Amino acid sequence: MYFAGPVPLQERGWMSDTANRQSQALLSVRSLSVEFGTGSGAFKAVKEVSFDVQPGKTLAVVGESGSGKSVTSLAIMRLTDYTGGRITNGQVLFRPDGGEAIDLVKASDNKLREIRGNDIAMIFQEPMTSLNPVFTIGNQISETLILHQGLTGRDARLRAKELLQKVRLPDADKLLDRYPHQLSGGMRQRVMIAMALACNPKLLIADEPTTALDVTIQAQILNIIRDLQQEMGTAVIFITHDMGVVAEMADDVVVMWKGEKVEQAPVRDIFSAPQHPYTRALLSAVPRLGSLTGQPLPKRTPVMVMDGGVAKPVGGTHEQNTADYTKPILEVEKLTTRFDVGKTFFGRVTHRVHAVEEVSFDIYPGETLALVGESGSGKSTIGRTLQQLVEPTGGTVRFDGRDMAAMSHGDRRRLRQEIQYIFQDPFASLDPRHTVGYSIAEPIIVHGLINDRKARERRVHELLEQVGLQPQHAKRYPHEFSGGQRQRICIARALASNPKLVIADESVSALDVSIQAQIVNLLMELQEKRRLSYLFITHDMAVVEKISHRVAVMYLGQIVELGSRQAIFENPQHSYTRKLLSAVPIADPQRERAKMRIEGEIPSPVRPVGQEPAIHRMREVEPGHWVAIETDQLRGAA
Amino acid sequence: MAGFILKRLLQAVFVVLAVTLIVSFAIRLSGDPAVMLVGGAGSVSEQDLQNIRQALGLERPFYVQYFSFLEGILTGDFGKSFMGGTPVSLLIKNALPATLLLAFASLITSIILSVPLGIYAAVNRGRWPDQAIRILSLVGLSFPNFWLAIMMVLFFSIMLGLLPPSGMEGPESFVMPALTMAIILTATNVRLVRTSMLETLSQQYIMVARSKGLRDRVVLYKHALRNSAIPLVTYIGLQFGGLIGGIVIIERVFNWPGMGTLAFDAIANRDYPVLQGTITVLALFIVLINLLVDIAYGLIDPRIRTE
Repeated sequence: MYFAGPVPLQERGWMSDTANRQSQALLSVRSLSVEFGTGSGAFKAVKEVSFDVQPGKTLAVVGESGSGKSVTSLAIMRLTDYTGGRITNGQVLFRPDGGEAIDLVKASDNKLREIRGNDIAMIFQEPMTSLNPVFTIGNQISETLILHQGLTGRDARLRAKELLQKVRLPDADKLLDRYPHQLSGGMRQRVMIAMALACNPKLLIADEPTTALDVTIQAQILNIIRDLQQEMGTAVIFITHDMGVVAEMADDVVVMWKGEKVEQAPVRDIFSAPQHPYTRALLSAVPRLGSLTGQPLPKRTPVMVMDGGVAKPVGGTHEQNTADYTKPILEVEKLTTRFDVGKTFFGRVTHRVHAVEEVSFDIYPGETLALVGESGSGKSTIGRTLQQLVEPTGGTVRFDGRDMAAMSHGDRRRLRQEIQYIFQDPFASLDPRHTVGYSIAEPIIVHGLINDRKARERRVHELLEQVGLQPQHAKRYPHEFSGGQRQRICIARALASNPKLVIADESVSALDVSIQAQIVNLLMELQEKRRLSYLFITHDMAVVEKISHRVAVMYLGQIVELGSRQAIFENPQHSYTRKLLSAVPIADPQRERAKMRIEGEIPSPVRPVGQEPAIHRMREVEPGHWVAIETDQLRGAA
Repeated sequence: MAGFILKRLLQAVFVVLAVTLIVSFAIRLSGDPAVMLVGGAGSVSEQDLQNIRQALGLERPFYVQYFSFLEGILTGDFGKSFMGGTPVSLLIKNALPATLLLAFASLITSIILSVPLGIYAAVNRGRWPDQAIRILSLVGLSFPNFWLAIMMVLFFSIMLGLLPPSGMEGPESFVMPALTMAIILTATNVRLVRTSMLETLSQQYIMVARSKGLRDRVVLYKHALRNSAIPLVTYIGLQFGGLIGGIVIIERVFNWPGMGTLAFDAIANRDYPVLQGTITVLALFIVLINLLVDIAYGLIDPRIRTE
């Protein structure tokens, strides 16, 4: 009687006493369907989805882009009304005090407004845009308290201050009068949490609340949510694509795929015995920190890909023994890049961004060097400097033994042909007005590599095939491709000029895990075929473990640890490296880890003119494993 | 913020200087005021014309005339009209309030009309109220202002006999000129408010505001409007120059005794001091309004204030 639509698949064990559990569930979603658009253009974003949320428990809803998980979360509070979505079927039964259920699908606007922000609150993905830029933090938190609890302005302000302290923000008093732009992303997300928890909601819906944050900040935010949930007895619906976060946060898990719920189970069962092929495929693609422990070389492993409802393995297992350590292709020595910011009335520079400070490293042919770090660590600036998009302030860069600074204009141009770049956002880095074929051919034309049109076309077709696409795709435009396909096109474009070194700047970060795993495999395969060197810039430690030969960890513009992949992951020496590794959520609920308590913001690389940062010296702890000698300044920060 | 305002003030001085220079120079290309004064060439001897020029100070080199004009501005003395010898400052003192009244009344009317209409259109995007408002705005944009003014006179004064067709006598005479300007301004502003609102409404903090359980009115008028106001305020600053230009024409049609009428007559009469004076004062006002707009940004948007 409770399932109006088809009974969801794989309801196991714990669900056998469905009726019993449902009577005490805080929220029961029943056969919920949400549609966008009308008539023939209608799109079913959510199809007949049902699940229960128990009081005080955490339900994770996982899925990749387009799975309908975010729409589901918005539909619970009927916020889809404002995005053009229509609930075409189903019930959302909410029991705020364990008694009579209210069907939110049929509730009046007044009733909904009473519940929103009061009984059910929501945290969104982008902390940078979740707060209204023109109102103070205090005003935005007080608003809910005045509205739902009838507090006076003064009392609301006092309570807002308490809430800010609860989410462990220092200087709560001063923060009340600050504006969002004066806060970092992590701080804004804490404000958002304070705002959401202001009225002690029974249910908190968190839609990818940590996806946009650095990993050490993510760890802190997850901690806060968990602690406050226990303290206040709040139930949480945690929407995420990150299986690591699921393993750390969830009691129960709902897996969504193409708008449908494909599996539901307690968190341990999902990881240990996934039933639906999609869940199995998803889990096989998730990079797991520590999965290559004891192995000296990076490794390609098969990825399960959904093909007509069945998960099929793609690719094989292959050790990536490609690096040749006789002579480096790129030598970077004491590279420094600074930017001027902040000028006085008379145009004098007052502050500088010390993006990169005396960084030295080599890359060898066929090798992948990963550059890891959080926002402001300077990792991307290094990539841009090597690609000559940014002028360095000091230091030398030698490519193939030649000093870049001493090169003629023409030589520098030719260097661009040998060093190519793959950007993070495959949507923004292809010109929407040119065919894909043209975009790939452009570097060939610019560098005058092939002048015959027919030959050039053949080359484009070859490149498309090498990245797993088809020759006829050359005539299409970027909007006709998915994110993963576009990133393949970007790779084909990067390879068009036959480069020796490819800089991949967060190139797989924006992709769904199953696509990400395939692109990582593709990059490794191409490395083997073409003896490519990669500078792999990323914040994602799990991907680094899979792809790289050596790793450089960056913190505030300097390298704090450099060594082989095995050395960094199995024998991390620097406190920041350890902190970074400890902060990464691991996609395995069985694994108990001694967690470091992480506190504090990532410091800013902006300094007043005249205050130069101290350059730390490195010592070699084992052959090829260099660690920065920790000064007080560095230890204090990390 | 203080440094920013200081910078803008310095810029403003240069803008006003440039305007005075261009105006002084350009009007001297229009012909000889002495000939105008005596009622046309050939009616008096060259010697007489020479004497008139001498009396008006026109025989001096251009830069001397220009600097004496600048010197006058600093002491509030714009010279005397070539026609009748009334001090220009007195003429401006009489005409300026009439023009400012018209300008601000039409601007404020247009804001009162365009903000709710624009928001209503944005909220109902793609539905019939939005279509209707957009079509009306396009109709408003398509009218030349003088044509609209004449149609108003025909309808309200001649057909209905409700309002006086021209002049400035009592509040009734003020309705038509102000309304004509307001309609034209509203036609543009309503579109601007709509676009700007649509942009703001798609922001995440609006969804956050809704998730807090706030009423639509609070979401729209508190959370959204202040964010949408930034482009609107910028545009109004830019619009002010065009508004003054439009007023010159409207003042002619309604025979409104403002700065536009004054400037228009001065051009026809080659009355250098009056034209230089009126244009300088109008330029000062436009610069001042834009300075206020810059300050308003800071008040609306803390990101600019605390920079």
